Amino acid sequence: MTEETAVFSSDGTKDGAADSTSVQGRSLGRIAWERLKSDKLALAGGIVVLLLIVVALLAPVLTALVGQDPETHHEDLINPLFGTPTGSLGGISGDHLLGVEPVNGRDIFARILYGARISLLVGFLSAVVAVVLGTVLGILAGFFGGWVDTVISRVMDGLLAFPQLLFIIALVSVMPNDMLGLTGSSVRVFVMILVIGFFGWPYIGRVVRGQALSLRTREYVEAARSLGAGRFHILFKELLPNLVAPIIVYTTMMIPTNILTEAALSFLGVGVKPPTASWGQMLSRAIDYYDSDPMYMVVPGMAIFITVLAFNLLGDGVRDALDPKGSR
Amino acid sequence: MATTQRTPGRRKQIMAAAAVVAALLTTAACGDSKEGGAGYDAANNKVLNASSHKGGELKFAGSQDADSWDTTRGYYGFAWNFMRYYSRQLLSYRTEPGKAGAELTPDLATNAGKISNNGKTYTFDLRDGITWEDGKPITSKDIKYGIERQWAQDVLSGGPVYLKDVLDPEGRYPGPYKDKSADRLGLKSIETPDDRTIVFNLPRANSDFAQMLATPSASPVRQDKDTKSKYALKPFSSGPYKFASYAPGKSLKLVRNTRWRAASDPIRKAYPDTISAKFFANANDMDQRLINGDYHLDINQTGPSPQGRTTALKQHKGNLDNPLTSYIRYAVFPRSVPPFDNIHCRKAVIHGADHVSLQNARGGPLAGGDIATNMLPPSIPGAEGQKYDPYGIAGSGKKGNIAKAKEELKACGHPNGFRTTIAVRNNKQVEVATAESLQASLKKVGIRAEIDQYDGAQTAGIVGSPANVKKKKYGIVVDGWAPDFGTVQGFGLPLWSSKYILQSGNNNFALIKDKAIDGLFDSYVKELDQAGQARIAKEINHKVMAGAYYLPFTFEKFLNWRSPKLTNAYTSDGFSGMYDFVNLGLKNAK
Repeated sequence: MTEETAVFSSDGTKDGAADSTSVQGRSLGRIAWERLKSDKLALAGGIVVLLLIVVALLAPVLTALVGQDPETHHEDLINPLFGTPTGSLGGISGDHLLGVEPVNGRDIFARILYGARISLLVGFLSAVVAVVLGTVLGILAGFFGGWVDTVISRVMDGLLAFPQLLFIIALVSVMPNDMLGLTGSSVRVFVMILVIGFFGWPYIGRVVRGQALSLRTREYVEAARSLGAGRFHILFKELLPNLVAPIIVYTTMMIPTNILTEAALSFLGVGVKPPTASWGQMLSRAIDYYDSDPMYMVVPGMAIFITVLAFNLLGDGVRDALDPKGSR
Repeated sequence: MATTQRTPGRRKQIMAAAAVVAALLTTAACGDSKEGGAGYDAANNKVLNASSHKGGELKFAGSQDADSWDTTRGYYGFAWNFMRYYSRQLLSYRTEPGKAGAELTPDLATNAGKISNNGKTYTFDLRDGITWEDGKPITSKDIKYGIERQWAQDVLSGGPVYLKDVLDPEGRYPGPYKDKSADRLGLKSIETPDDRTIVFNLPRANSDFAQMLATPSASPVRQDKDTKSKYALKPFSSGPYKFASYAPGKSLKLVRNTRWRAASDPIRKAYPDTISAKFFANANDMDQRLINGDYHLDINQTGPSPQGRTTALKQHKGNLDNPLTSYIRYAVFPRSVPPFDNIHCRKAVIHGADHVSLQNARGGPLAGGDIATNMLPPSIPGAEGQKYDPYGIAGSGKKGNIAKAKEELKACGHPNGFRTTIAVRNNKQVEVATAESLQASLKKVGIRAEIDQYDGAQTAGIVGSPANVKKKKYGIVVDGWAPDFGTVQGFGLPLWSSKYILQSGNNNFALIKDKAIDGLFDSYVKELDQAGQARIAKEINHKVMAGAYYLPFTFEKFLNWRSPKLTNAYTSDGFSGMYDFVNLGLKNAK
């Protein structure tokens, strides 16, 4: 285990920062960070992502600050004949910053903030599930080869060909209302995280397997092996650190895809349960009012658009910064 | 998930998201029809533009095709209405607006039927000059054969089976396709002594028998023209129009049946030369085409989408009618799910609900309807409408009576409320909105309800299965119901009779087992006097309300678009507030 092999460790960055004055001491992490900083678009994406996370975490505080909550009906603001808000632009006012929903008059600002929690929660955690599964199984397949590789690779092929959206819809409709001490929307969120993550791991698994396959014959691995290192040592101390870069890249790119999948599921009515707010569900309801109350469609549409765009710009930047082909 | 080639996949995502936003920012423009309307509600319960002008093509537009155009198999209300163009029955509904439109009048028969043997024998004589589309006379045997087709449920499923249940309660007759007799007319309870006479012998009297004979499932069908399961594609006409072309789910065209004789038909006037229907995949598109004047009326008669409703109300109010249907929308409490086995918990929900909010969720006073206060549709004899309001639903407790709800909660042993689940179809936005409204108002009295959306196409196996309801703990089921024919039996028997509790396809969701209600239905079917029938209907309604099995939402209304070109337009209680299709005509047809 030499200094060059542990190229991307947390202390690698620190080391680089410590001797920034010296000529040769720049680690790959340091280089990547420098590159990322100079990429304006990626930086902007990163800032928006951070902002979204803060806003989602502080949703109860922020909505309380404007005196709203996502579930209170304000039917006095709705024209009962049409079901649409009486005010202009979907009922935008000092009290309701983004207007109110048709029919029941719930505050859209509050629902967008609470909806962000669901989107980000499902997006992040399902990516974590996919990354953990994909890395472990991918590295095993690539390192051991033989029948282990055959079995894992066939499973990945099978999963990639599986109609996951249809499967999730079917699964949700047979789910019990209470499970493992969870009720209501938490059950749905839990199931979505598990299922989206489960169907996502082969994407990471294939990349990790390919990398592991090529790395296992490198000299430093041979060297470690000849020095009597165990399999687990080689797997997790020698190979894994070199897989961190592609894993980070794929994770940032998987999150927006997962957010879109969550929105699609909620749109189709198999996401979180009402009255829990979710962007996809708002969009689905907005279809009935696209002409009479277009703001109701624009707001959640923009929320999804901005979130996915920000994550993708950040992901692009991270990939460019860590691209193995660009590194030495 | 995206593709493994990440860059193009991601770019596609960005492009798709951008396209969505672009689509969001552009909204459809509204068209204007040149002709002004005759006025709001101008054809509601009255005749608009009475005229005997003939000719033209009457154009229907729809977002859904009929379940079947076979008279034996169709069950959709609008299909029954439309079937009068090409089918005739012994009795049919009067071509009159409003309440009178629900009354029966002889059609193929010369009179309303001779009832004898304590209401167990009905005898009808047939008119002169009644013919099929090939000119042959319609005989009593054709009518018998048409009714017998109801027994062939294995081939011809889907339609109502009231006549089958009443004429052969033990299910002895195997149906015409398995009939061993040479003429395939082996059903004992219908006799055809000659071609012009038909006699029905009921094992037990049923005062609604004449109503059952007026449904299209009692239409004549000629044996040599019976194509069994393919009959829906081209029914053999006994009415003034016949099928010219039909592409299921796409379009339908009827032309004049030249062998039909106006003199033989006291009901049908047959004004247009052709009748066409076009089916749209997009309801918003269809609403716009109606408003533009490309079509004359909505064949489904369900009212425009929220979108079309706003445009029509704001710009073309004079072309709209707002009829009352015979639908009631409600929530029902399965007694098998605690704590709804306790009447006080049921009452707590009824009092706790905000009834105005529920009405708004249903679409407001015009598109949703009036707040319903009991469980008998106002068009049914014996109904009292909002005058009977035992829980103060449309009165003092309109916005929810929290004090009373808390009182009932205490009485049922849950002073701080309880948890339950609301089951609602996932394919109806309006119903989900209703459930959310209920959920929000119940929260105020401490009842925490969770909404469970189930597949609306699987109703029979999900909420229709008492075992599943119990397993899933569905304490509140959101639903709606309309009568097959306008009497308390046609509405309430499947909902409230203990005999109708089924293991699958159940409609008695509340699992009502009340000897008094069962007894009232038994005396209803024997009661031949109309005033007596109305009295019993009223009593049944009061018993159901006293049990607090239901939280009624609305006596449903809908906004119905009417082209300014239509003549003889009127809504009829015989068809649940729809326009009576059969005598619609067109002004200056081109």
